[in-house]
Amino acid sequence: MPYLLILGARSDIARAVSHRFARKGLNLCLAARRYEEADRDAKDLEIRYRIRVMTREFDALDFEGHESWYAGLPEKPLGVLCAVGFLGNQKKGETNLTEAKKIMETNYLGCVSILNVIANDFEERKAGFIIGISSVAGDRGRQSNYFYGSSKAAFTAYLSGLRNRLCRVNVRVITVKPGFVRTGMTEDLELPAMLTSSPEEVARDILSAFEKGKDVIYTKWYWKYIMAVIKIIPEKIFKKLNL
Amino acid sequence: MNIANWGKYPTIDARIRGFRTVGDLKDSFQDAATLIARGLGRCYGDSSLWSTIVSTLKFNRILAFDAEEGIMRCEAGTSLEEVLDVAVPCGWFLPVTPGTKHVTLGGAIASDVHGKNHHKEGAFSDHVLSMEVMLHDGEIIACSHRERQGLFTAVCGGMGLLGVILNATFRLKKIETAYIMQRTIRAADLDEVMDLFEQYADATYSVAWIDCIAKEKKRGRSVFMLGEHALRKDLEGSQFAERPLEISLRKRLNIPSQFPSFVLNRFSAKAFNFVYFQRAKTERSAVADFDTFFYPLDAIGHWNRIYGSKGFTQYQCVMPRDTSKQGLRSLLNIISWGGEVPFLAVLKLFGKGNGNLLSFPMEGYTLALDFPITPTLFSFLDSLDKIVLDYGGRLYLAKDARMSGEMFRRSYGNAARFIDLKHQLDGSDKFRSLQSERLEI
Ligand SMILES: Cc1cc2nc3c(=O)[nH]c(=O)nc-3n(C[C@H](O)[C@H](O)[C@H](O)COP(=O)(O)OP(=O)(O)OC[C@H]3O[C@@H](n4cnc5c(N)ncnc54)[C@H](O)[C@@H]3O)c2cc1C
Ligand SMILES: NC(=O)c1ccc[n+]([C@@H]2O[C@H](COP(=O)([O-])OP(=O)(O)OC[C@H]3O[C@@H](n4cnc5c(N)ncnc54)[C@H](OP(=O)(O)O)[C@@H]3O)[C@@H](O)[C@H]2O)c1
Repeated sequence: MPYLLILGARSDIARAVSHRFARKGLNLCLAARRYEEADRDAKDLEIRYRIRVMTREFDALDFEGHESWYAGLPEKPLGVLCAVGFLGNQKKGETNLTEAKKIMETNYLGCVSILNVIANDFEERKAGFIIGISSVAGDRGRQSNYFYGSSKAAFTAYLSGLRNRLCRVNVRVITVKPGFVRTGMTEDLELPAMLTSSPEEVARDILSAFEKGKDVIYTKWYWKYIMAVIKIIPEKIFKKLNL
Repeated sequence: MNIANWGKYPTIDARIRGFRTVGDLKDSFQDAATLIARGLGRCYGDSSLWSTIVSTLKFNRILAFDAEEGIMRCEAGTSLEEVLDVAVPCGWFLPVTPGTKHVTLGGAIASDVHGKNHHKEGAFSDHVLSMEVMLHDGEIIACSHRERQGLFTAVCGGMGLLGVILNATFRLKKIETAYIMQRTIRAADLDEVMDLFEQYADATYSVAWIDCIAKEKKRGRSVFMLGEHALRKDLEGSQFAERPLEISLRKRLNIPSQFPSFVLNRFSAKAFNFVYFQRAKTERSAVADFDTFFYPLDAIGHWNRIYGSKGFTQYQCVMPRDTSKQGLRSLLNIISWGGEVPFLAVLKLFGKGNGNLLSFPMEGYTLALDFPITPTLFSFLDSLDKIVLDYGGRLYLAKDARMSGEMFRRSYGNAARFIDLKHQLDGSDKFRSLQSERLEI
């Protein structure tokens, strides 16, 4: 059963992506913490799209376990989507290292730890693709979320390096940088309606990037230009901004 | 966040919380002293508006589908469109559907929605086999026509005021094709269209669009529409015969959000009614895909924006069969002379009502009128209320944004029983909406 592996499968964005790929007839493996809940999603996807879906318990922070976790999959996936992420509480992290560490470990170390294992397998098999969800927050650090932002920046750089390494063996790596998305992560934030997209829109962009062979995408597309502007603001001015 | 339902009136600054699991919902119950459930916001007025809203839209999994028996079980946030996407290709259809498929299962049950087949097949809840509801204290209770029947008959049509519906199991209807054999017949006036409803009482689907502006002799002039599910043999020789359960996707036309409200002055409403009426002349019998037949307005996307920023309301009343003719005459009379012009007007004959405490349908005629909101509209509608009440009728809660508590209590025979039950089951009055406050439920 060829399938797509989805890490952090219970996230809103991952759920939307699952539906998109399932509609194309691809089987899925949903990997998440609290995977009993993912069982409901699995059943739902099977009924809607008449595909096969399995579920696996997965914790991105169980670094030591990742190798054997991956080895335990019944067969190797066609590709992987990594949607694991944690926004955390910036203010709390400033005085509480546990919170800051959790943000950095979830967004960066945890993802790297499992993707390393998968990348090695894909490299050896000379097949596969990796879709990593990073964030526009990684394009420039801001006072409001720089633990999250810096870990996403690191993840973006990791995906770029991985792409560089794996392109020789025809393994594709796609970096996805969403702007504001209305999901569980951002439910309690006031997001500007004009600039906020739905998980379904992000999923559509991801599928189209996959089909068109893109390396890096911003979603929605205009974030590319917003971030271009944000990146060229001179530091002298940027440091005084309230972002 | 500012939020309004389909009529864009009223608007409230609310905190919206989603839930993906039963545990999430329980947490929301703990955090907020009072709240209301909201699905796709397709009620017209304030039924699903409150300062704290729990949105069911992420709670939308299809839990089971028996394609042999036509029985489906879904979480309450699943939309009827999602149900159709899965059911139709397997030869099943919704037992009852409102005029849009963009409503959730929870919303369909909470408003006890009806369709063009009410006279034959009842309301949506009549096809619900069982459901689970979360009460104010987080307890989850299963109920059905047999088990905890008291709760069931109060939650169906209960406008979210007793608890949050979590999931439901319901029966689908067998179809051979995704098409409808549609017939349209013109009726010159109210008597004629009412005769047509009687004459075609056996038709599965029936509804009429009324031209409300026509005066005097032409009053009640309408286009009467009938439909039957097409059988395979009906499609023989047509382009649909090969894949009878598939319909091709159509592109949506979106109405830009800045549509100025002056576009809809008396003249343009008149033009619309006239065009609609004229078109019917040429279209007599036809095969239509189910989307075109059941959901003509869904094809226009956000057509509610057509009314501009002030919004609109739908006035939907029902009057008992024996007083309907008199009542409708009086209503149409005031309307055709009044300054308030309804944009759309739909007439339908209901069959017998069910026992659900706040269910809207009763045996008789229902008239639905869309009005753009103007400074004088509400006092005009108050005068319609008097007529409806005099003739023993009532208004549909899912469309209402303005009736008085008195009108509600006098027209809904089971209002007091419902309120009693709410005191028993929801003593802390956790489930509240702008509507329930207004109606003192
Ligand atoms: C174009 C159009 C055509 C329509 N045609 C018809 C028609 O032909 N027949 C008809 O009957 N209706 C019709 N309606 C009305 C519509 O079917 C109802 O208002 C329906 O309730 C909307 O469902 P929703 O998911 O949008 O719910 P909402 O509008 O969000 O909520 C409606 C009510 O349901 C409650 N509710 C929602 N979900 C839950 C839940 N999980 N648990 C408890 N309570 C819940 C809310 O609290 C609220 O009281 C039409 C509406 C439109 C816009
Ligand atoms: N929403 C936005 O505006 C936005 C913008 C840019 C980028 N993103 C990124 O998009 C991705 C998806 O996020 P989302 O917006 O859909 O929010 P979300 O629903 O909060 O998704 C985050 C997911 O990460 C999972 N996760 C967290 N820690 C984990 C761990 N230790 N092990 C395994 N899984 C873990 C969560 O699992 P549980 O369900 O078990 O908690 C959750 O499913 C994230 O990488 C996020 O950073 C989001």
